[in-house]
Order: sequence, then structure tokens, then C-alpha cells
Amino acid sequence: MVHENWNGFNGGVWQDEINVRDFIQNNYKEYRGDESFLAQATERTDRLMGKVQELFRLERARGGVLDIDTEHASSLTSYIPGYIDKENEIIVGLQTDAPLKRGVNPFGGIRMVRQACAAYGYKLSDKVEEGFMYRTTHNDGVFRAYTDEMRAARRSHVITGLPDAYGRGRIIGDYRRVALYGVDRLIAAKKIDKANMANGNFNQETTRQTEELFQQITFLGFMKEMAAMYGYDISEPAKNAREAIQWTYFAYLASIKEQNGAAMSLGRVSTFFDIYIERDIANGVLTEEEAQELMDDFVIKLRVARHLRTQEYNELFGGDPMWITEAVGGMGEDGRSLVTKNSFRLLNTLYTLGSSPEPNITILWSTQLPEGFKRFCAKVSVDTDSIQYENDDLMRPIYGDDYAIACCVSAMKLGKQMQFFGARCNLAKLLLIALNGGYDTSSEMHIGPQMSVIEGTSLDFDAVMKRFDKYIEWLMHLYVNTMNVIHYMHDKYAYEKTQMALHDTDVERFMAFGIAGLSVVADSLSAIKYAKVRPIRNSNGYIEGFETIGDFPKFGNDDDRVDLIAKDMAHRVITELRKTPTYRNAIHTLSVLTITSNVMYGKNTAATPDGRGDGEPFAPGANPMHNREENGALASLNSVAKISYDDCRDGVSNTFSITPDTLGANEDERCTNLVSILDGYFAKMAHHINVNVMNRETLLKAYENPEEYPNLTIRVSGYAVNFNKLSREQQREVISRTFHEAM
Amino acid sequence: MKVHSIQSLGTLDGPGVRFVVFVQGCHLRCKCCHNPDTWKMTDGKDMSAEEIATRVERYKEYFGTDGGITVSGGEPLLQADEVARLFELCRANGINTCLDTSGSVMNDDVKKLLEVTDRVLLDIKYTNDADYLENVGCSISPVLEFLDYLDTVQIPTTLRQVIIPTLNDTDESVEKLKAIRDSHSCVDSVELLAFRKMCETKYNNLGIPFPLADTPEPTKEQMDELKNML
Repeated sequence: MVHENWNGFNGGVWQDEINVRDFIQNNYKEYRGDESFLAQATERTDRLMGKVQELFRLERARGGVLDIDTEHASSLTSYIPGYIDKENEIIVGLQTDAPLKRGVNPFGGIRMVRQACAAYGYKLSDKVEEGFMYRTTHNDGVFRAYTDEMRAARRSHVITGLPDAYGRGRIIGDYRRVALYGVDRLIAAKKIDKANMANGNFNQETTRQTEELFQQITFLGFMKEMAAMYGYDISEPAKNAREAIQWTYFAYLASIKEQNGAAMSLGRVSTFFDIYIERDIANGVLTEEEAQELMDDFVIKLRVARHLRTQEYNELFGGDPMWITEAVGGMGEDGRSLVTKNSFRLLNTLYTLGSSPEPNITILWSTQLPEGFKRFCAKVSVDTDSIQYENDDLMRPIYGDDYAIACCVSAMKLGKQMQFFGARCNLAKLLLIALNGGYDTSSEMHIGPQMSVIEGTSLDFDAVMKRFDKYIEWLMHLYVNTMNVIHYMHDKYAYEKTQMALHDTDVERFMAFGIAGLSVVADSLSAIKYAKVRPIRNSNGYIEGFETIGDFPKFGNDDDRVDLIAKDMAHRVITELRKTPTYRNAIHTLSVLTITSNVMYGKNTAATPDGRGDGEPFAPGANPMHNREENGALASLNSVAKISYDDCRDGVSNTFSITPDTLGANEDERCTNLVSILDGYFAKMAHHINVNVMNRETLLKAYENPEEYPNLTIRVSGYAVNFNKLSREQQREVISRTFHEAM
Repeated sequence: MKVHSIQSLGTLDGPGVRFVVFVQGCHLRCKCCHNPDTWKMTDGKDMSAEEIATRVERYKEYFGTDGGITVSGGEPLLQADEVARLFELCRANGINTCLDTSGSVMNDDVKKLLEVTDRVLLDIKYTNDADYLENVGCSISPVLEFLDYLDTVQIPTTLRQVIIPTLNDTDESVEKLKAIRDSHSCVDSVELLAFRKMCETKYNNLGIPFPLADTPEPTKEQMDELKNML
């Protein structure tokens, strides 16, 4: 097949089938140089960004939400076109009719929407209320099927953050398909798939898939309508760089109008765009400055994307994130890196537009990446604290070279794999429940297998492990079943029509489970094994605290005695999870990631044998507990690197904060050293690292005088946030973390 | 070997990313010392050269082209035999070795150690004998002899000096340092470090009076000026 808008591109199988990877491999131009070619922001960009900064200021002043449209339920064509500054925008399209005005999305659950409106002084309109009066939401469906035990697990917070009242997210449409093929071709391909369903047997799965294909085709049509409202016809392939970016953005925009998933990630678009930019530059119709402007304008759109959330939600996922994660770099299977000039341009937006948590720029790091790119990434980290790194050498053998990251650390092949997101269970709380024989002192609930409270004046490691194993077995079975209910209902009542239309019809599914409190559990078990832990019992005989006598190895010091306990815990959990079958035969995966929920998990967990007090925060993700690292930063990294990616295919998150002076004597040395650290960490087959290069004093100042630091960005667990958007409690926790510092 | 502590990430003691071993025990009593807790010969943890070498190996991937191990202290030359064994093991493993020392000891063990040392960070505290005797507790002669020896065996050397206002922050002192540098071809760099009083709490905890409690820290401008002279 040929199309005039493809003139100048190298052909390949991508012309005859939907195959963006093949297009990229046949057409991209690797760039091995440094950042010196980059252009600065133009006056237009500065002016536009100035307007956006002013809107951000207003949004902050109004308590975090600028405005809410309570009259429409958000979907692709619910709103008239909105603009920031119509005459000066190069890439157009907003979620509602005005920038930062949030739409309401009741498809996941109407109660959440009502609460969220009320929290900001709004009332959901009667029109929307009436529209949903006789409509079953995802939330309704889930609670119809939840068992008493599932409700209890949720109420006691041993499993928390489940997507049972909001969109599950973590699905990445291959938004590039719209630019490369145009919507008509995608509709035609889906119609063929739907027609082919007639050749097989109709059963529950095939009937559902046929209906889903119908929905996908319908919503591809709505996407065209939405673009037409902005004056664009996206039925045909994009013919230049601006159109490629605009078409791709329309596809993404359609998805975030339809869905309010927790993480609405972007995928891997920058090198794809580079092919169009290179063609335009070669044709003499685009300059470097204009190319940067296109990327700047695109990124501005991503920075103003918002969803309406409840306060309860913000406790789990602080900082109003969208997780518009864009994977950059990585190596190709043929040995060329996927770094292009546009990889640099995307990073450059952190200078042209200033530092920012969104989009969530994620470098797919390989020790083989070109040195110029490695150094520029390090420089961006040192200057902005806005980007994260994940191990391409670890993921590429599993996912190939056209995968992306959903949310923080969840890898998936673009357009070929998706996941059922499942938040996390609280492993530290589970340990306490096990010791108390099925009683949770924090929630004062009986939960899990009922037995006597563990006996003895001091805890015996083998006896504790035997008990703990039983409770892990119980919880993981319950966890899988709970997820099966949630995702059955999500597919039924809030299916992601737009995003799934941008996947192959036959997709591979993951079911992503998670654990919180890994380092607390590892240190607690280490204390029980290597020190003496005496349980303190209350008048009812339940253990409510511990007296720990003597020293014990602590996670984060590269000490196998405890590090291997942590590694083993992850292994036990995934092994138990795999014993219960999943909805739609999804593949069980596990993450060690908390987002900002480590504060909330800690709040709901009594004192633990490692010395952590009642209600004190956990460390985020797979991080060692704060200030227990005694051998410096690399020892801490080595400990985390021991957790196996084979056990934790949904990611192992580590957040690393270091003072500039500890990283090196000057900017040049800091960059060189950071590159060495990243090379070393990933050579150890570690999975992920957030890098913050800053002094604790800066955070303390921002805590005291927020108005002086409106754009202070920091990496938390798997994403970045504007420090001021965290709750006071979350801010204090971030400040209390280990800042690696050499005296 | 008597070890005070281990810092798995050092970026200021030698080139690149370094694994730094602080040995226990020092015979000098420099007034500006920021590690008074490393003085006592009897404190510290006993670790064999083999044990440390095995630990260092776990960090090899981080060292890049320039990094490696640095032994600092305390005074490593007081345990030269053991440090030499450690460096031998590291070198056999392709790990770059760096020695941070006062250069005030010379004997056969030290010579053996220098045979397996890739770089020396020589803390030359003052440029004249009187200041050495007054503020360090030894003569400058063994230090200069040590440097002459480094020159003879041609070990790449960084001269380091902590700039302490009122003691060695004069143009004259830096000129002399420059002269020492220029007369030794093994010296390829000079680092001037600003005197800092962060260590005062360590002194308080140990119940030792901090001799320079009333000495001011140098300003950035002053440091830049002195650095420019080099």
C-alpha cells in the first residue's frame, strides 16, 4: 500500500500491516552527538508558557483546582473546542472548553465525582446526576460482586488503592498509529478483525471481544469528530511533523477525555516524531527552532492535562499526577540506539519551559547508549530533578525494542500488551496480622485465618515465618480474586474503547499486583532473626508493640543477610499470587512501588519489630528505610538491585536523593559521576531509579515558604511532583528521607 | 587492618566514583583535622585485606573509566603492609588504587605500597617547617622527602591543601605550594579545599576541644582568588 503523505519514507511491512515499529526501524536516524544543536524557546513559546504559568498560579490559589465543568460527563465530543491562546497555539486541543478546567467522569463511579466536586465547592449538575441515575458504573458493579472478605480487606487497609471507584489506567494506546495511518485505515483494520470473529465459535470471550471491537470502531469515529471540531481531518495519515504531533496528540487527548485512569501514559513518541521532523528539515520546510517549538507546544498541552480527584485519592497519589510517561532512548535490537535529535528536544523542554513533573520523562538506559545522550540526561537530572531512569538492558530482552512504560515502572509492548492495574497490599501490616493470629490492631478488625496470638517472650524466626507464609497464602488468593472482580467490572462498565482501538485486537494482558512496606518487613524479619524481639502485649493479649534488643543487619547496606530476606519476600508473594487464576488469563506480575501511599500505608500500620513506630511512614517503593544506610549510596543501590526483576516484572522502584556536593565538586564532575553510577546500577540488573540532586535545606525552605518555590520539582516513587502540591504530611516524609551525603 | 568506616560512594577523594576506606589510627594531630574519631590506634573494626577487596569488587560496575578504591584515614601509611595487600588484590582485579595520605612515614612497607598505588593524594598541610611543627605535630621534611620519592618512582600525584584563614591563606603560601608543584613532575593537579567547621560536633562528642573553633571559614571569593593563582 502507498500513500502520498508517506512520500520520502522507506517502505516496509508497515505499509501493509499496522506496524509502527517497522516504520520506525526503517526510517529513524540515530543521533550520537551532544546537545549543542538545540534551539532555545522562541518568543511565542515564552508568551504562551507565561500564560500557562499564570493559570498554574491561579489554580494553586484556588486550592488546587481552577474550575470544574459539572454540566457534562467527559467524553470525546462533550465539550466545544478549548484553547489557551488560539492564535498562538501550534498544537491544539484541550480536555474541556478551557485550560485547567476539569471535566467530570462518572463512568468509574458517580459517588467519587460527587465527593470531588463538593471538596472544591462545586455541585455535580442535575443533568449529569440524572444521566447516571439508571446507569451502572464500574464502582456499582464491583460492589455488587465483592465478598464480605474483600470488603474487609479493603476496610482494614491490608489491600488499598484498588481501582474500584476510578479508572484503572496503566493502558497505553499506541497513539502513533493515528499519525502514521490515519483513522480510516485503523477503522478498516478493526472491521476486518470484527468480521473474522464470525469464523470461530462464539463463547463468552469471543462475544465480549466482538462487542469490544464494535465499541473501538465507534470511538475511532468519535475521535475523528473531535478533531473535526478543532478543524482537522484525521482520517488520512499525517503529512508533516506538525500533523504527526497533532494527530498523535488528538489520539492521546481522546483517551484522557474518555478515561480518568490513574496513570494515562503516552508511550514512546519522540523518536517516531523525529522521522517526520527530519523529513521536513530535509525538505526545507522546518527549522531547528520550529522543531523545538512543535515539541514545546505539544509538551505544554501535556502539562495542562488534569483529572478531577477526591481527597482520599490524593493521599494515595499525591501531587495531582497524570503519569503522562514518555519513554526515551533505549537500544534497538539491531544494536543502534533509538536516540534521535528529538530525544534531546523532548528533554530540552525542561529548559525551554522550565522544570516540571509532567510529562513523566523516563530514560530507557542502556550502558550502550551514546555518551553524548547519557551526559545530557545526567545534566538534566542535576539541573531539574525531573526525570527517571529504567533499565533497557533488562527489559529489552523481554519486551523487544518498541515497549513503553505505563505509570512509573510498568513495561509493556506498545499496542500489543496491556495491564490490569492492582495497586498494592500492605506486607508489613500482614506480618502484624499474622503475629496476632488474624487480628489487625490498627483497624481493630478480625481478618484472615483465625488462630491464637503468637506465644513466647521473644519471637522465634522460624515460627514467625511459618505463620507469615500461611497469611501470605491467604491474602494473595484473596488479592487475585478481588482483582478479578474489579477488572471484569471495569471491562463491562468502563471499557477503554479509545485506547484499546489503538492496540492489536489480540492483546496480551498482565495483572499487576503490588507490595508496600518491603524494607519494613525485611528489617523486621532481620531483627527477629539476628536481634532479640520481645512482643509487648495489651490487656486483650494482642501484640501492639515490640522491644528490640541488640543490633541487626538492615536493608540498604549491601548486606546479604537482610537483602536476601527482601528478595525472598518478593519471590514468596509472586509465587503465591500465581496459584490463583486470573481474569482473561492475564499474566501475574508484581511491583515494589508505592507512589506516595507509603505515608498512608504507614499511618494505618502499628509499630513493627524493626523499630518503626506506630503510624510512621514506610520507605517509598523498594527503598531502604530512612537513614538506616550506613555505608553510603552505592551500598544502598546494591541492596535494592538484588530484588529480582523476574519476580517483579511490574517494576522495582528506587528513589535516590543525593546532595550536589556529594555527587561531585563541579557540574562537569557531577554529570560524569552520575553517568558512572547509572551505568553501575543498571549493570547490576537493577530496574529503576529516580534521581534527585538537591539539598534538604532547599526542601525545608520550600516547606516554610512555598510561594518562593512554585516550580520546585522532585522525584518521588516512580514519578515527579511539584513539591508544593504534596500534602504537608507527604512533604515532611520526603524531607525525612535519606539524602546521601559524604562528610 | 583497622578500619574506621566505609563510604561506598566517594566522589571527592580521587578521580571518578570511588569506594573509600577510612582506616583507623593516626599519629598526627592536625589542628584542622575533620576526622578526630580516626585518631586512636586502638579503635576501629578489624577487617582483612581480602575481606575489603571482596567488598570493593561488588562496586566495580560503578567505577567507569576513572574511579576505583581510595584508602584514606586515619593514616594509611601506618598500616602500609595491609593496605599494600589490599591494593594488590584490587589491581589484580582491574580496580584503580588511590592513596590519601599525609606522606609523613617512609619505610620498606610504604615503598611496597607505592608500587601498587595508581595515584597519591598528598595532603600537604603547610609549606614551611614552623607551621608544620606548630599545627601538625611533625616536621615538613618527611613530607617533602615522601614527595621526592613519588617523583622518583613517578606516581601521578594530586597535592591537596586545606585553606585555613590566618594559617595558610596567604598569597605567599600558595606561591610556595606552586613552587613545590612545579619542582615535582609527578604532580599533575593541586586541589585547594576550604576549611570547614562541620566536624565541630565530632570533637564535642569525643570531649576533645576543637583547636580552630574560633577560626573563620574562608569565603568562596577568597577560595576562587587563591585557586586562580594556580
